[in-house]
Amino acid sequence: MELRSNKESSATVVSVTGRMDAITAPAFEKALNELIAAGETRFVVDLGGLDYISSAGLRGILAIAKLLKGKGGQVSFANVEGTVKEVFDISGFGSIFRMHDSVAGALSGFK
Amino acid sequence: MEADRFKRAANLENLDAMVGFIEECADRCGLDPKRKFGLLVAIEEAFVNVCHYAYPGGEGDVELACGCGGGSFVVEIADSGIPFDVLSLPDPDTTADIMDREIGGLGVYFIRKMTDEVSYRREQGRNILRVVLYAEKDAGP
Repeated sequence: MELRSNKESSATVVSVTGRMDAITAPAFEKALNELIAAGETRFVVDLGGLDYISSAGLRGILAIAKLLKGKGGQVSFANVEGTVKEVFDISGFGSIFRMHDSVAGALSGFK
Repeated sequence: MEADRFKRAANLENLDAMVGFIEECADRCGLDPKRKFGLLVAIEEAFVNVCHYAYPGGEGDVELACGCGGGSFVVEIADSGIPFDVLSLPDPDTTADIMDREIGGLGVYFIRKMTDEVSYRREQGRNILRVVLYAEKDAGP
């Protein structure tokens, strides 16, 4: 799994590529926790490059979402597609989170 | 049905090797790529459960057996840890609001959802979780 973050005017975009599983998900949570500790509260998570996600990945996402909600922040998702989308939908995450077809669309949702 | 076997210490470090073993077996059996993805999600959940709970305060092995035949693709995950039927756990509430959602609880739900059959048995001091995918089943939309 690789993470890249990029601060835009309305939110911080975090792009995740590779696999989010029981081994790699803690690194996602840690990176987001650090950004939140540094004062970021609005995130777009771009999962367009993600090949695989398991419940460990969803657990990391949920932990971050709860932390952000407690701080009045927010996270939305972009480019959740294919089999990753299937996992989101089966778990109900596809309906509890804001999902967008593009990063630009997700960013405009924060304005 | 002939099965390939794979035995390792029940440790998360072995997740990648375990995934590789299952992928190879699924490819050899010609499992649809979408179904393979769901299978890997289910097997990861089962494997992680064994790593976390089977051997409290100790170490042990997890053994996978994988094979296909007669239109079915079968994986068995076995450990010799404390008796535990992961299928006894309730499904999570997948409609709850973010703040009410439990962190976790999704693992067993995925095991059920991503497979066509799943069963648990305790046999000769081992927990054995068996999952089956039907080869002919349409992968769906």
